[in-house]
Amino acid sequence: MSTQSTIYLDYASTTPVDPRVASKMMEFLTPEGEFGNPASRSHRFGWKADEAVEEARSHVANLVNCDPREVVWTSGATEADNLAIKGVARFYKSKGNHIITSKIEHKAVLDPCRQLEREGFEVTYLDPDDKGVISPEAVKSAIKDSTVLVSIMHINNELGTLNDISKIGDVTRDKGIFFHVDAAQSTGKVNIDLEKMSVDLMSFSAHKTYGPKGVGALYVRRKPRVRLEALIHGGGHERGMRSGTLATHQIVGMGEAFRLASKEMEEDHKKISKYHEKFLDKVKEIDHVYINGDLNNKVPNILNVSFNFVEGESLIMGLKDIAVSSGSACTSASLEPSYVLRALGRKDELAHSSIRFSFGRFTSDDDVNNTLDILGNVVQRLRELSPLWEMHLDGIDLDTVEWNAH
Amino acid sequence: MAYSKKVVEKFENTLNNPEAFKVGRFDPKDANVGTGMVGAPACGDVMKLQIKCEPKGNTHVIKDVKFKTYGCGSAIASSSELVEMLIGKTLEEAKAIKNVEIVEALELPPIKIHCSVLAEDSIRQAIEDYEAKQ
Repeated sequence: MSTQSTIYLDYASTTPVDPRVASKMMEFLTPEGEFGNPASRSHRFGWKADEAVEEARSHVANLVNCDPREVVWTSGATEADNLAIKGVARFYKSKGNHIITSKIEHKAVLDPCRQLEREGFEVTYLDPDDKGVISPEAVKSAIKDSTVLVSIMHINNELGTLNDISKIGDVTRDKGIFFHVDAAQSTGKVNIDLEKMSVDLMSFSAHKTYGPKGVGALYVRRKPRVRLEALIHGGGHERGMRSGTLATHQIVGMGEAFRLASKEMEEDHKKISKYHEKFLDKVKEIDHVYINGDLNNKVPNILNVSFNFVEGESLIMGLKDIAVSSGSACTSASLEPSYVLRALGRKDELAHSSIRFSFGRFTSDDDVNNTLDILGNVVQRLRELSPLWEMHLDGIDLDTVEWNAH
Repeated sequence: MAYSKKVVEKFENTLNNPEAFKVGRFDPKDANVGTGMVGAPACGDVMKLQIKCEPKGNTHVIKDVKFKTYGCGSAIASSSELVEMLIGKTLEEAKAIKNVEIVEALELPPIKIHCSVLAEDSIRQAIEDYEAKQ
């Protein structure tokens, strides 16, 4: 099976690099290109590379309306999350040791929090509501005198639901607590205005927005100033917050991708909304289908659906020419269904039955139509294979069955 | 995903040609039918296996099998593989089937071994159910 014949509906996991971005990146690699070290101050090669890095920085800053000096390059959103959370917690540990986050954060936020717990910090993991949203009130009521940092994601990667980071920021600013937002899924999808929002730190990824993998950035507010302890020490790059020679071509790629995102966000959104609408209409025609997340409060590029009585991983295998993700982590050693869906209070079997479809800039009408043609058919076939479907048709309430669990 | 070619083939064949691969049901009340069902929806897999037997000499022989499985591709492939092993076997021979035979036949990776264990348990239960009826 060549990947070319496979329909790609997994944009929330990663996007292809926009060809315009790739060709720009090519200019910063070879002997004919601007391959210099941006930190070289003594010659033209360095100056040119530095210029390109600073231009890219201003593209990133422009997309989220901040000062370019507030953008710190990292290797990706995971590093940005780590730098924000561990960096702030460790720098301000004399002020307090309590951190607030949520149960539906990405592992790149949860794991640094766990690490801080091992270092003696105390972490509160907030429950979302049944739609997958963390309310500003929930944050407010979890705040203690010892709270130094709140980390809440903007758009949930599995559900596409949005948290009101503007309101949460008002709560944290009011209490003098730092607020970090993982915005890996947000750029190019929704408007972000850091000038207006009381967000202190924000993580970005290039490869979710048609840029290359291996580069991201952390926004670190200057006024009021946020300080952090570096994770990587070395040449003192990025004002000491992140040492290491800057990856010019990667950074240029991220800058170009974010420049295109500011320019084309509206167009992308229009097209993707149309696909979302169509997909939703068709999927709802299938019996016993549940949409996970909040249709009234989510981005259209992510659609998470549970097909009851069908296990997600087998559905993915049945949809062999379509690349999608399963909420069920049966592929991992844990055999646990998605922790995000569980946190919403979804029954385990529905969590096991969930599929995330995500659309993007290069999705076509054919991609959507062909997927919809195949989907209903595969769900039906798998249900014919499913003892749960049979029991359901026999009128048996599955909740009353005593299962012989393993 | 760490699926072997064999799992993928078995899964696809079963999905595309369910009757030939013995997907279906017998009347569980039939005296010649033994039913086993193991697993739980919350764990992500449920296997239902039914054997239809007839007496032969001083034992019983499995003449036909039907199954239904809710679970990942490996779980479905494991049940389908087991079903093929069962037809024509005496109950004693069927009881002797070990999950490792399924693991080997399908080249299951370590994290999917529980699928084969589930299959082994389903045949145990089906035989118990059948024997209780005799």
